[in-house]
Amino acid sequence: MSATVGDASNPWLSWSYVQDYWPELVAAGREHLGLTVGSVLLAILVAIPLAVLIRRLPVLTGPILGLSGVLYTIPSLALISLLWPVFGLSPWTVIIALAVYGLLVVLRNIVVGLQEVPGDVLDAATGMGLTQRQILTRVSLPLAMPTILAGIRIATVSTVGMVTIGALVGYGGFGTLILSGFQNNFWHAQIMTATLGCVILAVFFELLLLLVEKLTLPWTRRRAS
Amino acid sequence: MDTAAGLMNVIEWFTDPANWTGENGIPVRTWEQVQISMFAMIIALVIALPIALILGHLRKGMFLATNIGNVGRAVPTLGVLTILASIPEIGIGNLAAILALALFAIPPVLTNTYTGLAGVDDEVRDAARGMGMGPMGILSRVEVPLAVPLIAAGIRTATVQVVATASLAALVGSGGLGRYVVDGFALQDNTLIIAGAILTAGLAVIAELVLSQVQRAVTPKGLRSASRAEIAEQEIPV
Repeated sequence: MSATVGDASNPWLSWSYVQDYWPELVAAGREHLGLTVGSVLLAILVAIPLAVLIRRLPVLTGPILGLSGVLYTIPSLALISLLWPVFGLSPWTVIIALAVYGLLVVLRNIVVGLQEVPGDVLDAATGMGLTQRQILTRVSLPLAMPTILAGIRIATVSTVGMVTIGALVGYGGFGTLILSGFQNNFWHAQIMTATLGCVILAVFFELLLLLVEKLTLPWTRRRAS
Repeated sequence: MDTAAGLMNVIEWFTDPANWTGENGIPVRTWEQVQISMFAMIIALVIALPIALILGHLRKGMFLATNIGNVGRAVPTLGVLTILASIPEIGIGNLAAILALALFAIPPVLTNTYTGLAGVDDEVRDAARGMGMGPMGILSRVEVPLAVPLIAAGIRTATVQVVATASLAALVGSGGLGRYVVDGFALQDNTLIIAGAILTAGLAVIAELVLSQVQRAVTPKGLRSASRAEIAEQEIPV
């Protein structure tokens, strides 16, 4: 028997809910996935040129990372709200707001990862006659890659959680179901199922990106991430 | 929306004395958010600190301490908030918000405190033991002082995150500055939405700036350079 709104029985976990509302759950999951991937990709696309800029002008490192620390504290609720008059009820409001947070994590990890390359290694590379560009692509980037990929992974998993706040502007994936379940007379099954959907998506991304790290960086296998 | 006109409306909203008084006034809403955050942090500290101090001293539970943060990241705050508020015994309002925020404040405090304690040199501990200190003496007079930079960093990260996230509490019927944003969306009132967003963002940034100064102040001089760089993992506010 399905637990409908207003029923005396209002179970947290209901298989019949999952069956009855499967199309809605799939649609919410798709939207959640799209918003997450969209904002992380946007974050990476913007982080790369900024990281290049920081490398050219190291003097900017402090201000940019310092500013990012402050920006980081702004609640996503506020950022989505500030962008909403500009982009309206569109997925871009959510994607751009969440990309800001992802950008900060990814950028910081690129910069920190490149800074952490030992000076001896760079000296050795210079001594071997490598050009600056070769040092970057063959030595620095591979050594920084674990930190960079960890940044992308943390950004992605965090974004999965934050996408739910997009429910405020109608694009929140599972968050929209959570909020409508709450407003629909505390519909436990919908709230719990959508929350678990979020967790499953986050765990999926965590494992997928850990796998990518392992496969692309075999030399880090013995190091804790 | 015309940006210039919209901006004027927001400025007018902030300068309107009516928005600075009464139950829905800025001072009352700000105080509500601060109160919710304080209660959440007290609960989180009471739970996380003893566990982390014991585990860190015994150097056990590494797995728990390092992975609890990952678990916290995977669970959406909005989900936990609405689940707690939907439990009849808790109900909508401030209690659900306080409990949800406390849950999310535990991982950064636990992880940082554990890491700080476990990072104390074995030689230092041996020296303390050789001087005749017992476990409590080592913990309180050697390990904790040396771990202060990381413990303070964890508490600061958690607090800033709680203050920022407390704005979500309005979605489940609590007070706080998020009220303006949520009411603004309900009333389709852009001015209220923007004003609320500015207030919630402002409070979070102020918390960050104040607490970073507090963290500096409580960190012993000799340990200051390490305090910022070693934060295990900064959490994103939700």
